[in-house]
Amino acid sequence: MQHFRVKFFVQPDLRPDLGAAIPVFHRWIQESRLEEMLIDVADYRHVPGGPGVLLVAHDAFYSLDQAEDRLGLLYTRRTELEGSTQEKLRHAFAAAARACAELEKEPEFAGHLVFSGAECEFSVNDRLLAPNTEETWNLLRPELHALLDSVWGAGSYRLARAGEARDVFRVSAQCETPANLNLFLAG
Amino acid sequence: MKASNPLWKDRLQHQIPPDLGSEIDIFEHEVQLRKQGKIDEKVFAETRLRRGAYGQRYDNGHRHDGVTERTLTYPATEATKGPNTLWDAPGMQRIKIPYGGLDAVQLERLAEVAEEYSDGIAHITTRQDFQLHFVHIEDTPPLMRRLAAVGITTREACGNSVRNVTACPVAGVCRTQTFDVTPYAKALTYFLLGHPDCQDFGRKFKIAFSGCRDEACGLVRMHDLGAVAVTREHNGTTERGFELYVGGGLGTVPQQARLFSEFLPEAELPPIAQAIARVFARLGEKKNRNTARIKFLVSKLGLDEFKRLVMEERGSLPHDDRWTAFLADVPNYQEEPLKPPSLLQLGPEAPEGFAEWRRTNVYEQRQTGYVTITVALPLGDITSTQLRQLANIARKYVKETIRTTVEQNIVLRWVSEGDLVDLFNDLKAAHLAQPGAGTILDITACPGTDTCKLGISSSRGLAAELRERLAATAYEMDEAVRGLHIKVSGCFNSCGQHHACDLGFYGVSRNKGGYTVPHFQVLLGGQWQNNAGSYGLAIGAVPSKRIPETVERITSRYLEGKSNGESFHAWTRRIGKAACKAMIEDLTSIPSHDENPDFYIDWADARKYTIGDIGVGECAGEVVSPIDFQLAACERKAFEAQLALEKGEVEVAARTAYESMLEGAQALVGLRETAPSDPDEVVAGFRKHFFDTQLFYDPFAGPKFAQYFLKAHERRNQTISADRAHQLIEEAQLFIEASHSCHTRMSAQAAKAQPVS
Repeated sequence: MQHFRVKFFVQPDLRPDLGAAIPVFHRWIQESRLEEMLIDVADYRHVPGGPGVLLVAHDAFYSLDQAEDRLGLLYTRRTELEGSTQEKLRHAFAAAARACAELEKEPEFAGHLVFSGAECEFSVNDRLLAPNTEETWNLLRPELHALLDSVWGAGSYRLARAGEARDVFRVSAQCETPANLNLFLAG
Repeated sequence: MKASNPLWKDRLQHQIPPDLGSEIDIFEHEVQLRKQGKIDEKVFAETRLRRGAYGQRYDNGHRHDGVTERTLTYPATEATKGPNTLWDAPGMQRIKIPYGGLDAVQLERLAEVAEEYSDGIAHITTRQDFQLHFVHIEDTPPLMRRLAAVGITTREACGNSVRNVTACPVAGVCRTQTFDVTPYAKALTYFLLGHPDCQDFGRKFKIAFSGCRDEACGLVRMHDLGAVAVTREHNGTTERGFELYVGGGLGTVPQQARLFSEFLPEAELPPIAQAIARVFARLGEKKNRNTARIKFLVSKLGLDEFKRLVMEERGSLPHDDRWTAFLADVPNYQEEPLKPPSLLQLGPEAPEGFAEWRRTNVYEQRQTGYVTITVALPLGDITSTQLRQLANIARKYVKETIRTTVEQNIVLRWVSEGDLVDLFNDLKAAHLAQPGAGTILDITACPGTDTCKLGISSSRGLAAELRERLAATAYEMDEAVRGLHIKVSGCFNSCGQHHACDLGFYGVSRNKGGYTVPHFQVLLGGQWQNNAGSYGLAIGAVPSKRIPETVERITSRYLEGKSNGESFHAWTRRIGKAACKAMIEDLTSIPSHDENPDFYIDWADARKYTIGDIGVGECAGEVVSPIDFQLAACERKAFEAQLALEKGEVEVAARTAYESMLEGAQALVGLRETAPSDPDEVVAGFRKHFFDTQLFYDPFAGPKFAQYFLKAHERRNQTISADRAHQLIEEAQLFIEASHSCHTRMSAQAAKAQPVS
């Protein structure tokens, strides 16, 4: 299984100026702030429900995604990763959480951008490897539980499949108590 | 690269037409061979272009990050997919949509591939194609297979081939059409696709269809080959045919297409197109890409000789049943509505925004009770999610009668008018009910510096900024202004079609105090109507950050100065170019970097626009170097040439245009030696220091602009036609732009050699 996507949501009462992400992401490129080779920044603020501002890396996209009118940081793994499904899963969650933590620290967003560590959405961006079916759900549910049990604690969260058959495989995850995003950083 | 790539072939083997499948198999094999270094990179580059797989900005592995030029170290460090194009660098995939026609399944498949191989955005181009960006070359074969399985091909979407055949998006439902051109556009598309006579062009070949002459429709007159539907009475029957145009084009030297035939019988359309293709392939320029479009061949031969050769070729063509086979189906060609016709019964409380949306986005069809609605897409972008939502809507309200438009929108045809409110609500839920289609808000823009290798300024950044500002005042805007068209290109290559609109802009740059400043050349008074009936002319370059003010000023002056019902085009022609230029004169100034550093950063960017390591030299601040003055004088002179041409003073116009180039060259030569005054000595100096050394060469256009000057010098004493004088003025402007660029590069190199602390 490859090409995992993870989205952490911005706290709902916050409405940050997405334009501020443009200088931030350019600075990340200058400073090689993330582990991937960063290439460019794309501005999609004009597209309602779109990727907002997109940081393009060779291996992944990072976007301030506004799909379904919920702002969040979406990490999309583009290239293949070595390792077990669990390792790849943890890598994706950690990469997304790291980007969120970095964004929160940026002066352009001071206080205006806070991500929730208690809710996220997971998806697999490959309909052939992971159609949005019960079979994929059965395959990935134990993996997601293994990860989330270690982060949020067993029995403290709910998982639910999302989307329709033609969508990519999607799962929403919600912790019943507040949780710190940094818990995902360990990978 | 996607892990599932190897699996798609088997999965889709029964869904892909064998010929398409075989072509993609071959392409996939070529991808592998190139990866192993077994195919020459130039050959592979043209191969992938003919499959629509294009290069993208920074694919040479270098990018200036605002501080320094950075090497992008892709995993496959040595491998290339073309000259100076790294294997792992993201690329663009263009997808042909003949005449813009789509169904719901195709929308869903486009959504899938945009999401899985690109960034979840599908971009509609100014020629009714789709484009996906940031695509890996090894993902392109499965991407193509998935599209082929729903009847979409990327074949010949780029490269020296017949590009997407475009047509009026309301063909068949248009109130003013002569007849529906759709079946003809479709037939010609598939007749020429992969045709052996279309495989040896020196450049691309673009075809468009229009159902009527006077509307914008297919913008026929800016195409290599354009067909306008006409009929004639013959022996008591009405015959269908086409007013055929040839040799139009935009780009660096825009030309209006010329009338090839006032009435070409419908049965003659495929064979004449084939004959034209053969003449173009045989006699068109092959070595110099800059003069390889068919417009140059038509100009070189003259229309009469070109026609003679085409008709001679037509006479020798072996018969092909496909020339006329499609005609049997033409009388039966008719899209069907999903629902019976109905009239809108608007209750007392229409949804918020409905009235404005209806005013701008709804077109009453020739068929009573039906309307075509436009889904206005900002900058032509739509998300994968929206594509799926639109597919649902297309199934719910129409029989999947969907088309893309050259204004980068999507239309749904055959909506029963009574469904409008429900449809509006569904579109609104998908964020697809933006009003302003076909108005000043509906700005067209090419990708520009966002992703295009040739982009000079941020066309999309500017378009987004203008759109946002204009939308804020849209409700109080005068109708005359609201109806204007704005188009933006990132460079002179005109992909944003900046010539064919009221206010056009194309990206250029200027040098100020050792910094490079993003600018846009302003063009006024082009015509969108009459199938791009006339082109706008440049009146001056304005810093990018002053373009919104420029638009505001020009539109205000138009409102103040226009007489009753006077169009923008007519107004600009009446007041003349000198007055147009004077209107923006003060806006052309550039504040110093210290005074306003924002001018030195492009729209939607945070990086310094300069080639970064240009130091602040002695010319910094308020001091302007002599060459800046000299080049500004050249621009004025080129403008005077335009004015002379406007007055009908052809000889004066040509001489002045030539002199503007000569003075530009003289200014450059003056950087290397004492500037000579004798024209031959200027040319000799220019050759020695700038042409032979390739210092003047444009990074992408090569020697083209220098050759404009050298050719003009050689021919300076020859008698000249008005057409040629017009072309010479365009060339002079480009030569002066290239002189600015050359000076900027020299400044950058000097700063590198001796950095200033």
